[in-house]
Amino acid sequence: MATKSTGGTEKTKSIEVKKKLINVLIVDDDPLNRRLHEMIIKTIGGISQTAKNGEEAVILHRDGEASFDLILMDKEMPERDGVSTTKKLREMKVTSMIVGVTSVADQEEERKAFMEAGLNHCLEKPLTKAKIFPLISHLFDA
Amino acid sequence: MDTLIAQLQRQFRDYTISLYHQGFLDDQFTELKKLQDECSPDFVAEVVTLFFEDCEKLISNMARALDQAGNVDFKLVGSSVHQLKGSSSSVGAKRVKGLCITLKECCDSQNYEGCVRCLQQVDIEYKTLKAKLQDLFNLEQQIVQAGGRIPQVDI
Repeated sequence: MATKSTGGTEKTKSIEVKKKLINVLIVDDDPLNRRLHEMIIKTIGGISQTAKNGEEAVILHRDGEASFDLILMDKEMPERDGVSTTKKLREMKVTSMIVGVTSVADQEEERKAFMEAGLNHCLEKPLTKAKIFPLISHLFDA
Repeated sequence: MDTLIAQLQRQFRDYTISLYHQGFLDDQFTELKKLQDECSPDFVAEVVTLFFEDCEKLISNMARALDQAGNVDFKLVGSSVHQLKGSSSSVGAKRVKGLCITLKECCDSQNYEGCVRCLQQVDIEYKTLKAKLQDLFNLEQQIVQAGGRIPQVDI
């Protein structure tokens, strides 16, 4: 169920610069988006796990052991949607940065409700490196 | 051999450009290509395969729903086309995405004939794109087999 893909260290001339590897949870019911986001995270220097819906994301956090720097949260999902999942995770005292991923068809009120559920940011699909990196670059500071 | 490689590379360049100019692909496909690297050399093919699987499943769901003439679940059709629009947007399938927008409008206004017509067009369009991308991937394979490199194509 969990897919882990890794980034790494980068070498600048003869000096090895260790960047912190960020740990990301990708919550999306679409396997295509899970794969795409996994690859984006890998190329910007992170390792990722995936959850097929909000319920799986909540279960991952249930024992209190899960520790993600970032959660990418799709809005529309079966079982438990992004709004409900975000609310639940915040109730469970999850302090990870949560970035909501919305569709261009989503109305402003829907985005607002998603933000109010406890997101740190909201981005519109399709995600790209350029969209996500500025929001999370500070997470790479070791 | 060098002439063959150069020829194939030219064909690849021209074909890629034509896919963008004819509106089959948009910038998001370029983003996918940028993510592909030596560690994941088949990433684009992988994602595109997932997209076409999505197309088959969702078009089939919508066709089944529309078959219930007089008792169509427009909410189901709407939800399926929303998903398909998302997928097509994620891979840069510009024409498919455009048709999904039109289909969603027909669905929202419960325009049965419009939905049926549009879904047929979506079906044709995704199959056309599938064939064209297969040709593109075949050209890539031929270049690599001939010992050449896939050229970077600036659109």
